Amino acid sequence: MAGRLSTIGTRIAQSIPVILGVVVVSFVLTRALPGDPAVYFAGAAADEASIAEVRTALGLDKPLPEQFLIYARDVATGNLGQSLSTGQPVLEDLANRLPASLELTLTALMLSCAVAIPLGVLAATRPGSAVDHLCRVLVTAGVSLPTFFTGVVLIYIFYYLLGIAPSPLGRLDFIYIEPDRITGFYLIDAALAGDWETWVGALKQLVLPAVTLALFTMAPLARMTRAAMLSALSSDYIRTARAAGLTEDKVLFTYAFRNALLPVITTLGMVFSFTLGANVLVEKVFAWPGIGSYAVEALVVSDYAAVQGFVLAMALLFVALNLVIDLTYTLIDPRIGFETK
Amino acid sequence: MSDTATRAEALKQQDGALAHIAYVLRSNPVTLLAFAMFAVLLLAAVLGPLIAPFDPLQTNASNALQPPSFTHWFGTDNLGRDVFSRVIVATRLDLAISIAAVALSFLVGSVLGSLAGYWGGWLDAVLNRVFDTIMAFPLFVLAMGIVAALGNTVENIVYATAVINIPFYARLVRAEVNIRRDAGFAQAAKLAGNSDVRVLALHIFPNALPPMMVQVSLNLGWAILNAAGLSFIGLGVRPPTAEWGIMVAEGANFIVSGEWWLAIFPGLALMFAVFTFNLLGDGLRDIVDPRQRS
Repeated sequence: MAGRLSTIGTRIAQSIPVILGVVVVSFVLTRALPGDPAVYFAGAAADEASIAEVRTALGLDKPLPEQFLIYARDVATGNLGQSLSTGQPVLEDLANRLPASLELTLTALMLSCAVAIPLGVLAATRPGSAVDHLCRVLVTAGVSLPTFFTGVVLIYIFYYLLGIAPSPLGRLDFIYIEPDRITGFYLIDAALAGDWETWVGALKQLVLPAVTLALFTMAPLARMTRAAMLSALSSDYIRTARAAGLTEDKVLFTYAFRNALLPVITTLGMVFSFTLGANVLVEKVFAWPGIGSYAVEALVVSDYAAVQGFVLAMALLFVALNLVIDLTYTLIDPRIGFETK
Repeated sequence: MSDTATRAEALKQQDGALAHIAYVLRSNPVTLLAFAMFAVLLLAAVLGPLIAPFDPLQTNASNALQPPSFTHWFGTDNLGRDVFSRVIVATRLDLAISIAAVALSFLVGSVLGSLAGYWGGWLDAVLNRVFDTIMAFPLFVLAMGIVAALGNTVENIVYATAVINIPFYARLVRAEVNIRRDAGFAQAAKLAGNSDVRVLALHIFPNALPPMMVQVSLNLGWAILNAAGLSFIGLGVRPPTAEWGIMVAEGANFIVSGEWWLAIFPGLALMFAVFTFNLLGDGLRDIVDPRQRS
């Protein structure tokens, strides 16, 4: 147990330089603005005096290392600057919109795991069968699909042609009343409030964007599950387990699947990175009021503080997620140690 | 005398390689198909404006939003422009952006990876940290940030796409160079009086090229998706320029009223391009490294 705790400690310590690196990159990005950042942050209507004022306020007249320390302190205290377009602190804006994005991303990931992992397992246990071919087609087609295009096609089919999907405008149709904010996840909030009508309404809005994202993430997951299961099934311990007369289910799930899970979870981490990027596109297609569409709106009006805040927040979220994934490794497979890295 | 012998040897070896490629193509018609699809893309990119039946920027308000017909194969958009012509002409820009980006990351990644793999030491450690940091970002989001910081132009789309791809190339080259650093042939070349740089560039680095080519092909598809995604959210390419991502973005506004051809055709072209590069990458991998065949 002590060994495992120190493993976890080492892993957490390892993420510190990465976080530092992320903050440095994001600092460089805010200072790499073409021309004078003070001019941008002062806004379009600024005169000489107010630009100088902004420069002092932002600390841009100080030497670069000192600027970085100030920036790092601001980030550490959660001060990501003011958004020009909304007039709110960027952190507050992001926090308000994060649940919408997370609800979409997590639903999509769960959906995609629920389809891709069984598909991969089935394909691996029945090589050459129809399931295997389906898996292969899905994998090849899936990586070629531009998410934003899939979204547009789904809208055309399910909204325009079949008329079963609600109009692709946000999280909830205007006929429903937003549930009281508890977690910010409409599905959870509506369920907590016992308002099942709103729950169904929110679910309807969620289905298409979630499916769009899920289609995009299914391919790498199915591919990795299939490959990992194939290599696990061809290993010596499976042969031994079969020779010992264990039932096929036991061999498949207790021995093969558990060992195949590790690479699948690694892939899941990678897929999450793609999803955070694809989220931006899907949110734009479905007018989903998450942090992705917030960043896109900010980009259009050159609201740099908001964009850089978004980039930094996404990176930190991703670092945290990778940490969680690595830590779950130790739960799934106690053999994993991080010292060897 | 020995000269002709080595030449014959080289010829035979080349023959062997060609025969191997021919064998792989015969046994895997999908790769052949991928090469054919690639040829179509190249043709559209090179000839573009010559084979497009209409001027891609010519507006015609009286002929707006017409469904596909015999004169307008892919219909016309909200300004009466011919969608087919725009899709064809856009090929050049989309391919140019992604090829430029991939070439740039190939170049920078090769140099950095070679240096890190050959000399190691603090340079290797520093580069490793830098690449770790780049990979710590969701890559599309980092590309957005870079374009936002550098300015909203097509060149910056290229730079951003190149930056987020560099770690993949550098890591690959580093590994390939590192395992051959002390190989017999490298030491022999050094003993023969070649400088370190020469040994690295002419003797060791070429060994990394086959896996690099596979990476390039797979990466091209991804670079196209990335660039189209960026222009979809309004970065880089500006209207009225014909580009697949921006065409899907413009067409998306009409999809809810049923004018599907505006967004579907450029989207299909995009998918076709990405699919081609992915197939090509898988095919090249079969030729380069048959063991990894899935």
